[in-house]
Amino acid sequence: MSAHRTAITGGTLIDPGAGREGPGGVFIEGEKIVAVGAAPAGFMPDTVVDATGMIVAPGFVDLCARLREPGAEFKNALASEMHAAVAGGITSLVCSPDTDPVLDEPGLVEMLRYRAKNLRGPRVFPAGALTEGLKGERLTEMAELRGHGCVAFSQADAPLHDTQVMLRAMQYAATHGFVVILRPDDAWLSKDGMAHEGQVAARLGLTPIPAEAETIGLLRILELARVTRARVHVARLSTARSLDLMRAAKAEGLSVTCDIAVHHAHMTEMDIGYFDPHCRVVPPFRAQRDRDALRAALKDGTIDAVCSDHAPVDEDDKALPFGEAEPGVTAVELLLPLLLKWAGEDAVPRAQALRLITSGPAHALGMPYGRLWAGGPADVAVIAPERYWKVTPAALVSQGKNTPFAGYELAGRVVHTLVAGVVVHSE
Amino acid sequence: MASNPQLNSNGELTHLLSIEGLPRAVVENILSTADAFASVGDREVKKVPLLRGKSVFNLFFENSTRTRTTFEIAAKRLSADVINLNINASSTTKGESLLDTVDNLAAMQADMFVVRHASSGAPYLIAEHLNRTGAHHIHVVNAGDGRHAHPTQGLLDMYTIRHFKKDFSGLTVAIVGDILHSRVARSDIHALTTLGVPEVRVIGPRTLLPSFVESMGVRVFHDMAEGLRDVDVVIMLRLQNERMRGALLPSAQEFFKSYGLTPEKLSRARPDAIVMHPGPMNRGVEIDSAVADGGQAVILPQVTFGIAVRMAVMSIVAGN
Repeated sequence: MSAHRTAITGGTLIDPGAGREGPGGVFIEGEKIVAVGAAPAGFMPDTVVDATGMIVAPGFVDLCARLREPGAEFKNALASEMHAAVAGGITSLVCSPDTDPVLDEPGLVEMLRYRAKNLRGPRVFPAGALTEGLKGERLTEMAELRGHGCVAFSQADAPLHDTQVMLRAMQYAATHGFVVILRPDDAWLSKDGMAHEGQVAARLGLTPIPAEAETIGLLRILELARVTRARVHVARLSTARSLDLMRAAKAEGLSVTCDIAVHHAHMTEMDIGYFDPHCRVVPPFRAQRDRDALRAALKDGTIDAVCSDHAPVDEDDKALPFGEAEPGVTAVELLLPLLLKWAGEDAVPRAQALRLITSGPAHALGMPYGRLWAGGPADVAVIAPERYWKVTPAALVSQGKNTPFAGYELAGRVVHTLVAGVVVHSE
Repeated sequence: MASNPQLNSNGELTHLLSIEGLPRAVVENILSTADAFASVGDREVKKVPLLRGKSVFNLFFENSTRTRTTFEIAAKRLSADVINLNINASSTTKGESLLDTVDNLAAMQADMFVVRHASSGAPYLIAEHLNRTGAHHIHVVNAGDGRHAHPTQGLLDMYTIRHFKKDFSGLTVAIVGDILHSRVARSDIHALTTLGVPEVRVIGPRTLLPSFVESMGVRVFHDMAEGLRDVDVVIMLRLQNERMRGALLPSAQEFFKSYGLTPEKLSRARPDAIVMHPGPMNRGVEIDSAVADGGQAVILPQVTFGIAVRMAVMSIVAGN
């Protein structure tokens, strides 16, 4: 039996990593792309995907999403969240190690990958825990974990108080050429914090998280990245000052990349309104000038990637006073429309915007995805960029209905998602 | 942003959650209604029948004797049935969620919840839940939430100021001490600015002032002698024991030296200035006994007025 052949034709190709934009098709045989642009001579597709009026792009690469496994097997969360991811066009998903138990052992990583492989969804790439139990004390067996499929090593949102441990983790990762993912945070300054230290926290009496918690954390990371020459990916920036520091670090030639969560391009502390627990996130939504600085840094390329930072949270864990509510936003299905909303508002070309969820994140972790090339993996998103839809939490595929964007009218739907040549989502 | 959950579609006060965002007329209406109730306490039968047959639940998720008692007295003078629930000791320790507790009490035909909670915003959560589930006949009165608001205290402070000063339009008011952790300070600031007080000052060390406090429309002072100059009203705040040592303050003694209200410091204020305190006082920490018991202190009248103001709030929200 010969491999299944699929042709995606009639659309506009946008492949930011290859600098390609224009009419053309993607031609797939089995799990691989055999041609991009024109069909190879004599190509007889078994399936034709009509992409007329649509954008054909590489499938999206999400650097941080939580699939709640291990931990929430009884809710069947892995299946629903993987399904939600492909409904959002995500074909490669890096899952955060802050699971229960923490992804710090090869057996756990192996089990997650095995279970993910048997479900229709994106390619799942676990980020291994940087320290055992994410306690910030002992390094994990990174080389062993890498052998079992971890693409990088992350401390997630857990504090790493001990600078010695951070230094050693970077040295050890650099020894093996592994990427370290760190969210900058001085955990003493952000302790018990609920909201950005600004006028809203002052008025509402919410324990503040100062901007300096992030910038001091970032300075520590950057200094150690300089001395260790480790490849560091800085996750979830939220303040204007952090972006100045990242710009300087990149200009200096440090091997650092960074991302933001897509909702931070839109929300500010003001959106907390009357204690809306859906605006309880880590890091917190900051002041308007911070948000504007994030948007400027997306545009000028200081930010390499935009991730979903997907965190499905039960309504019961959100229906609490603001400071007690579990932080997080359900986001894989909103990644594209929120990115396009920013691009539209700030007059950014679509190709430049799409780079932030395709080749940008893939390049940051050195993953061979996020582009379209003959011989490459057949991971494709077919997008209707002008199709408007109203965000209705109950209609989201994800089990998490926790979004501050409920009721928003957004443009941009993913119509088809292909992973390894297989259509895993269609609407 | 959602509409103000404490007002109904006609703009009438249906819950009292915060003074912030209340129209001036609503605040003035509460104060003048309280005037009418002030004399009830002097009658032989200290009752009016406005809430007869209504059930008021005092839902106290955080300990309080004074506030709970004054709410209880106010509700009883309005002829309501009062049920006191000390939730710390019951449901939440059994794992019941806050909103489950609320639903259960709503099912017992509650008419009003008076809520005290350690988390900022908890009464909003309850009020929005009741609004959303169609229980519009149940009213919520915030009796103090975290660091956020203590609106009835703010209102009784305004009632006290109005009683002694008659008019808000020419006043300078200073709030002194631990502004950072104080829901009373936040409610007072909103109430004073809503009523048109031209100058509201906050006085305290930088460790006890919230960042961006000036965005609430106050002038910030760190030197008490300077901050008290020519003020008409001094509102002292309670300094909680747990704040007195550690990184916020080195000691209670040092705090008293800089920010404790002594007769000497008070002499900087106008000669007819009044001194207020929400209670309970820490004598020798934030206030000297000579001031607390002196002729300018109006701390006990505050307590008395508190009952009339709480009667006014409960009768107004119950009627909307």
